[in-house]
Amino acid sequence: MRTLYQFNGGIHPPENKEQSTQRGITRAPLSSRLIIPFRQHAGEAAKPVVQAGDHVLKGQLIGMPCGLVSSAVHASTSGTITAIDMQPVAHPSGMPDLCATLIPDGKEEWLPHEAVDYRSSDSAELRQHLRMCGVVGLGGAVFPSDLKLRPLRGHPNKDIGTLILNGAECEPYITCDDMLMRERAAEIVQGAEMLRFMLDAGEVLIGIEDNKPQAITAMRQAVADSGLPFEVVVVPTIYPGGSAKQLIRMLTGLEVPSGKLPTEIGVQCFNVATVYSAYRALAHGEPLLSRIVTITGNVRLPQNLKVLLGTPVQDLVALGEALPDTNHYIMGGPMMGMELASTAVPLVKAGNCIIAASDKLFPPAPPALPCIRCSRCAQACPADLQPMDMFWFSQSREFDKAQQFSLFDCIECGACSYVCPSHIPLVQYFQFAKSEIRAREQDKQAADHARERHEFREYRIEREKQEKAGKLAAREQSIRQSQAAANSGIGPAIQPEIQAAIERARAQAASAEPRNTDNLTPQQRAEIAGVEARRERVRELAKSAVEHTNDHDKN
Amino acid sequence: MLSALLVMAGIAIVLGAVLGYSAIKFHVEGNPLVDKIDAILPQTQCGQCGYPGCRPYAAAIASGEADINLCPPGGEEGIHKLADLLGVEFKPFGGGTVLKPKAVAFIDENLCIGCTLCIQACPVDAIAGAAKQMHTIIASECTGCELCVSPCPVNCISMLPIVEKITTWKWKYPVYSLAPAK
Repeated sequence: MRTLYQFNGGIHPPENKEQSTQRGITRAPLSSRLIIPFRQHAGEAAKPVVQAGDHVLKGQLIGMPCGLVSSAVHASTSGTITAIDMQPVAHPSGMPDLCATLIPDGKEEWLPHEAVDYRSSDSAELRQHLRMCGVVGLGGAVFPSDLKLRPLRGHPNKDIGTLILNGAECEPYITCDDMLMRERAAEIVQGAEMLRFMLDAGEVLIGIEDNKPQAITAMRQAVADSGLPFEVVVVPTIYPGGSAKQLIRMLTGLEVPSGKLPTEIGVQCFNVATVYSAYRALAHGEPLLSRIVTITGNVRLPQNLKVLLGTPVQDLVALGEALPDTNHYIMGGPMMGMELASTAVPLVKAGNCIIAASDKLFPPAPPALPCIRCSRCAQACPADLQPMDMFWFSQSREFDKAQQFSLFDCIECGACSYVCPSHIPLVQYFQFAKSEIRAREQDKQAADHARERHEFREYRIEREKQEKAGKLAAREQSIRQSQAAANSGIGPAIQPEIQAAIERARAQAASAEPRNTDNLTPQQRAEIAGVEARRERVRELAKSAVEHTNDHDKN
Repeated sequence: MLSALLVMAGIAIVLGAVLGYSAIKFHVEGNPLVDKIDAILPQTQCGQCGYPGCRPYAAAIASGEADINLCPPGGEEGIHKLADLLGVEFKPFGGGTVLKPKAVAFIDENLCIGCTLCIQACPVDAIAGAAKQMHTIIASECTGCELCVSPCPVNCISMLPIVEKITTWKWKYPVYSLAPAK
């Protein structure tokens, strides 16, 4: 029996998980139109490599990763790309983003793909393969997985002692990882072995909360069948025990230092769904084209669906048969999810759950009261922060002071807002403060860059001025030198030559043919004089006309 | 009496020598305050303050010659920061100051005649082009100073406000209802 550790804080919201675990995972029918955003991962958006009108096969690359933190995007099924334009997407801003619209042809025709023999491949090649397969963290942060498998910069020889599979799934309502572990346990275990091989990790721990007994049994069985020395560890159910730092703390007792990555303490953590998609990518060569989504909340048929990425949320809602009093939808869980501006948005890699919400299910928050500094938020905070102080400084826009209270260690889990007796939306303040601080940092960088460019320009102008002055001085000197040379006695020696050249030129001019204006008859001369007079008159007229129009303009 | 005077004079001479020596030895080149002020200024180099760039303005503030409220691109926040740094009162912008949203210059390439006047005006070398060749703005380098707009003989440069994109979007200040006081 493994010793478990505790983290401070945490809450126990009603779980509401049993509704959606009554049925197995079913495949969602193919939608008539898929909208595939090019930004489905943390970092830079992928660059489109197809055009409107192109026919694509299932699994074909349509978005090339661009920059270090980026990932590939693929056609989820075979069909025709009809447009590449801005479409509404699931984002707290409600703003549109670049998407490809794919009209499926219904044939599900795959691009040829094959397995990668991971044991005989180079680790960098495998990482590139995962990047080109679009494998990103499916727990919600959608961070490219290949970057988490990279040897740590600065500590190239730092060993990863522990690989943790995150099957905690602590947020209420969401059951997609639970169902995945129940039904695809063997594949997850195989995937874990692949990632363990890539990281060269010592032990593998699979952390699952104790409210998922069936998933625990299935995973234990799969580990026993595979004969691999992995350990399924049952952790107590507490929110947010599924957050990477908190799960690492529970399983190993280690705390990830502020501003550092888990790899720096020799631990790496992957969500089970990510491990499953890494397995599909390596063992079958399949890019990430679908994910398991929980449809729950105010619906008649809560269930888990295997959904192609890009499927409009409204089609999923229809499959769950949302009840008539549903008034809004949440993508993600009730604690950290975001309200969708419309159900026309597509399902993306981050979309683990769609909750149909009604006022009965989620009563609107009562009006907020002033903070009474009861410090219940500090007791609930799993990151050991003092939310009341961070709130105070975020509210008054004293961002540097908020930062001194470790604002950036906040994981935005919402535990503080949940327990606040004054119903203050604390997390919204923290999100606001964080994005303001980030924007300021960007402005500062831009200013520093502009200063550098301005100073270089001034330096360049100065340098050019000096170069010009130098050249001028050199020329003057060379003229002075040649004049001095002309006056200093070399002159008389070449004087006869010059005289001879002048003589020759004169002789040549004298022997030249007469021009056609020489030797004219008086009649011709009179004609020329007449022409010249006419020309003169015309010039005069033209001049006076211009003056006239100018006068006219002035008037 | 005399010995006391001599001792005091001796101390004065020694201390004076120490002071004089340290003034030379620990002399700081330039004015460090100017650097601190310059770090706060937004580096648009637009000259709206009446000085030919951010650094000259910083020098003018440091010497007490200029006020702290002359920099519209820095916004009120910039004035607050300057006031904090210099230990003076916050001073709002003068009446005639127009605060504009952040913008980048845009050259209508159909109209550009390739005269290079804008290139010479740009303080951060953000315009690419050559004589009798079309010019274009390198948008990522443009500080939005508008110095290129007036030299253009064919009025082909316009200032486009920067629109918020999904990548530059910021969370808004939370707005919610408060419980009425009882």
